[in-house]
Amino acid sequence: MFRIGNLKLPHKKHTADMKDARISTPNTVVLPMSQYIGAPALPIVKVGQQVCVGTKVAEADGKVSAAIHSPVSGIVKKIGDFLLANGKSCQAITIESDGKMTLDPGITPPVVNSAEDLCQAIRESGLVGLGGAGFPTANKLENAINKKIDMIIVNGAECEPYITIDNRTMIDGAEYVARGVKLIEKFIPGPQQIVIAIEENKPDAIAKLTALLKDDPKVRIEVLPSIYPQGAEKILIYNLTGRVVPEGKLPSDVGCVMFNVTSVAFMAHYLETGIPFVWKTVTVDGSAVKSPKNVTAPIGTSLRDILTFADADFNNLGKVLYGGPMMGIAAYNLDDPIYKNTSAVIALNKADSLPKTQYPCIHCGKCIQNCPVGLNPTAFVKAMNISDKNDRAAMLEKASVLSCIDCGCCSYVCPSRRPLVENNKLAKADLRKTLASKNN
Amino acid sequence: MNKLIVSSSPHIRTNNDTPRIMLDVIIALIPALIAGTIIYGIRSLLVVFTCVLTSVVSEFLFNLATKREQSVFDFTAIITGLILGLSLHANAPVWQCVIGSAFAIIVVKCLFGGLGANFANPAATARVFLLVCFSSTLAGGANPVDLKAGATPLEQLANGEKLPDLMDMLLGNRGGSIGEACIIALVIGFAYLVFRRVIHFETPLIMVATVFLLTLIVTGDVNTALYHVLGGGLVFGAVFMATDYVTTPITRTGKMIFAFGCGLITFLIRMYGNYPEGVSFAILLMNILSPYIESWTKPKAFGKRGSK
Ligand code: SF4
Ligand code: SF4
Repeated sequence: MFRIGNLKLPHKKHTADMKDARISTPNTVVLPMSQYIGAPALPIVKVGQQVCVGTKVAEADGKVSAAIHSPVSGIVKKIGDFLLANGKSCQAITIESDGKMTLDPGITPPVVNSAEDLCQAIRESGLVGLGGAGFPTANKLENAINKKIDMIIVNGAECEPYITIDNRTMIDGAEYVARGVKLIEKFIPGPQQIVIAIEENKPDAIAKLTALLKDDPKVRIEVLPSIYPQGAEKILIYNLTGRVVPEGKLPSDVGCVMFNVTSVAFMAHYLETGIPFVWKTVTVDGSAVKSPKNVTAPIGTSLRDILTFADADFNNLGKVLYGGPMMGIAAYNLDDPIYKNTSAVIALNKADSLPKTQYPCIHCGKCIQNCPVGLNPTAFVKAMNISDKNDRAAMLEKASVLSCIDCGCCSYVCPSRRPLVENNKLAKADLRKTLASKNN
Repeated sequence: MNKLIVSSSPHIRTNNDTPRIMLDVIIALIPALIAGTIIYGIRSLLVVFTCVLTSVVSEFLFNLATKREQSVFDFTAIITGLILGLSLHANAPVWQCVIGSAFAIIVVKCLFGGLGANFANPAATARVFLLVCFSSTLAGGANPVDLKAGATPLEQLANGEKLPDLMDMLLGNRGGSIGEACIIALVIGFAYLVFRRVIHFETPLIMVATVFLLTLIVTGDVNTALYHVLGGGLVFGAVFMATDYVTTPITRTGKMIFAFGCGLITFLIRMYGNYPEGVSFAILLMNILSPYIESWTKPKAFGKRGSK
């Protein structure tokens, strides 16, 4: 067995045994047009227009993009500019709910007879990868069909602390996962193997899926030790197969395509109901949340509504994170919505949010030893001190900064609490900028 | 309206911070201090205490004078003082302890930019400095019985004198510096540091093994090789000086090469040089080579490795 990653984090999976709870319909939802990697969607509704649950409100723009649908029934209130948590801006559609949750009468289950139909249907559903970056799922399906693939990996590792939504999908939605796997098997005949990767800290999920899929010769359930960042795409591929995805390449270049387990379950659900990707389950937890739960809410529901539902302590709120504590992005506005690929809303109290005392780098090498992709984050720090931008770029490139997957391990282990990940991100942006200006 | 705190991920950090690591090193040095005090008497405490106090005060005053952020609370000055004090012998003159510690902190550490920025190990450098300046009073080791300056086993070996038996060498019942005599106390400290994951076990082992094997090959005598390992400051230097983070290569392979180099130079100095000791010289020389070793042992990025 191959193995990278050796970081053991506190799991904090308090919600692992909790079925999801549905939030009551929020008064308004905000739908930013950019919720994933790729081109922002284009609004196709007008202010004042009546929409239903599942009505398409924005069209995919080009190949790497995904459509957006209304998660509530009501009226389009506003189409305006919106500042995303990552600092970029895009358009957003605000919809005021009428509280009725009327389903769009036009919704019917899609007819799927071929791999192309499947891609088309999933493209229409607006599904994006739920594991992290939010790559449109239809694009991955196309890769799985068109490239030489021998293995499909269903990612149920869920290695970030707190988050348990994939775990719940594999328990409460085990039938959908199984049906999703069968769908893949049926329409993507190339791959000889479908591997479902689950960390050992999810015994119920392992038992359920094993019971459902044990008779399928093509399907293998692989139980992995609980290690961070197991669920990261390139790491998981290596740990399962020993294949190294080269810098700047995709998993499909080494014969693998990976889907998140919740995405797989959604595909099956979508083909049965035709209801697009408009609701999302997120784990709501953290030291400022009094009753942690898994909350199912319309995409576009504000963080405030979600935290209120989980009884957060608003007086002692320090940080609110989209996603887990290792890779999550800190939100700056409680009125911002949850996105398609939001896996968790983690609220930390003030004490847990304050920066810890920093010390000078003591050269201990722990950041290097714990980097799953073999980088030296202190080299990026040195490089960023170079004033000439071309020299800087050359040094950053030599140190392979673009291989960094933002997993957070280096900063996590640094005893001097150096802001390494922050520097990595700046370094990557800086290098990309210099490379882009060279190519023009 | 709540003001949210916004910062880069990750949003959790390990509890094992720099002062905690430094505290672990201090804890690991305590057995050696206790053993040294038992063997060489209460004056050992005076020597070590003087070094620690001078180190801390020097750092404090330097920061004050240069208007730097106060850094004495990260425990690193205490470590420098402890290691230097333990590497001197019990009747070292107090004023020489003061000069050595002040030199270690101000010249070797602070003038190069303080914690993390110095290239040479402050304690090892100060020890070399003291040895060279005051060789009449500081060379050799104190005799356990009467604290008179006496020969260390390595000097006795070089002069062909009668040697303490190996059991006494392990317990520390022989001439030497305060901290380096009792090998058992050093092994306890080593085990603690490895257990707390402060150091990699292989660094001291490689250094000691290198000296042992080279001596064995050249002299052909296991006994001599054993005296080389147990006598002098080899084990002490290997556990506490050659594992210093700041002045050794950052990569694990780099640290191994570093340890091998330290062993090799120690051996060369002892065998062919003028000093019967050689550990602090070797470490200091390897400190200078560290940046080069580091650039030879850069980690290879995952995406640039071949598939298995
Ligand atoms: S954030 Fe980047 S540099 Fe840091 S450990 Fe992860 S991959 Fe390595
Ligand atoms: S973990 Fe922190 S202190 Fe250690 S080498 Fe890396 S940046 Fe420096």
